[in-house]
Amino acid sequence: MDLKPTPAQTVGPFFGFALPFDGGEKLVSRSHPSAVRLHGTVYDGHGAAVPDALLEIWQADEHGRVPREEGSLHRDGYTFTGWGRTPVDSTGHYSFTTVEPGTTRAGTAPYFLLTVFARGLMDRLYTRVYLPDSPHTLEADPFLASVPERRRPTLISQRDDQGNLRFDVHLQGEHETVFLSYPNTPQVTGPVDD
Amino acid sequence: MGEIDTNPDAAAASQEEISAEISALHQEYEQARAQGAPEETSARLNFPPYRSSLLRHPTKSLHHADPEDIELHSPAFGHRDVSPLEADLTIQHGGEPIGERIVVAGRLLDAAWRPVPHQLVEVWQANAAGRYIHKRDQHPAPIDPNFTGVGRILTNAAGEYSFTTIKPAPYPWKNHHNAWRSAHIHFSLFGTDFTQRIVTQMYFPGDPLFELDPIYQSITDTAARKRLIADYDHTLSQHEWNTGYRWDIVLGGSNRTWTEQEEQ
Ligand SMILES: [Fe+2]
Repeated sequence: MDLKPTPAQTVGPFFGFALPFDGGEKLVSRSHPSAVRLHGTVYDGHGAAVPDALLEIWQADEHGRVPREEGSLHRDGYTFTGWGRTPVDSTGHYSFTTVEPGTTRAGTAPYFLLTVFARGLMDRLYTRVYLPDSPHTLEADPFLASVPERRRPTLISQRDDQGNLRFDVHLQGEHETVFLSYPNTPQVTGPVDD
Repeated sequence: MGEIDTNPDAAAASQEEISAEISALHQEYEQARAQGAPEETSARLNFPPYRSSLLRHPTKSLHHADPEDIELHSPAFGHRDVSPLEADLTIQHGGEPIGERIVVAGRLLDAAWRPVPHQLVEVWQANAAGRYIHKRDQHPAPIDPNFTGVGRILTNAAGEYSFTTIKPAPYPWKNHHNAWRSAHIHFSLFGTDFTQRIVTQMYFPGDPLFELDPIYQSITDTAARKRLIADYDHTLSQHEWNTGYRWDIVLGGSNRTWTEQEEQ
């Protein structure tokens, strides 16, 4: 028989002295030839910035390979470990320096897996940050096709003039981000609208 | 619901009001269970007695995704990432921290009883006076110059972890008037799959604040709540040195096939 899982509890307001680490947001250096900035703001249900959230990305490398190398907490400047963590600043803004992930399976669109923790969030939330530049791949992706068209844009980052990727997280509201559930991953929302 | 103050620091409601909201939600859950509703094995994202959740919980159902390669794996951590010294929170400064020295130990397992070896465990906590080393914690309790309250551990080949620390005290917060958190240690954990990622809190047996604490009570299921309470374990206590607590952590299930599991 399966063991029952340990329940989650909020990361709380006081994680800033414990979980962030030097270079957590820098998966590659800014001088890396393919370096890209992935950034955005976390908003609450009133559209106010959330100043006490913590974000993690976990991603394949440019060639779609899932990294197996250790060293994320003390980066050596050469090894791509695929995992990063950063708190938002006092305006709710976050920023990662990384490379764009390649696709891991033919026929699917590449994405960053983004995990959101915050005071007020009793459990982590998962979402996927897709790249905006390949409409054909996006249209062919089976997961994106399963998302109602009206909400699909919340999963797709936007490219700005400097080539950066912009991805805002809306915990609630008109543009509420699509958050994900997975098999064998217990999560309790409590009452929801739909 | 319309009249609830959404400012998480309003400290507007009384403990009696918060406790009444909690027991109404628990009763509602138990009645639904009696009529066949599913067991809730985690905390509710939407739990109004925890005021900070009001504007921050998703209002729509989570969207089902089949895990792809990245979700079936987790980042690797090793001795480049974590020094063995980081498992002792009492030796990070020039002197001994004040408080009750404890060892906390246990196993990190997945739902299929498989130990999760060589994975990162992060812990953080308040000191023996209930004060955090965090600039936003300004309540009038003393900082201990010999205690930061942050530790990191790698599980061993059998999925076991152990660390030495000081027992944290309860602390006040502004969710409602005269609100106090049950004493706890925060844990951050990874599994073999990123979908097993969890942040949670470990509690101590017999805490009189459990009933009053909307964060702890956001787990509506009584048996699930108890899974966050460590056991006092005298085999972890050491003569004239420390007392001990044991707490096993169970992650959600892995979605890898057995062969994928084996190649790790
Ligand atoms: Fe805490």
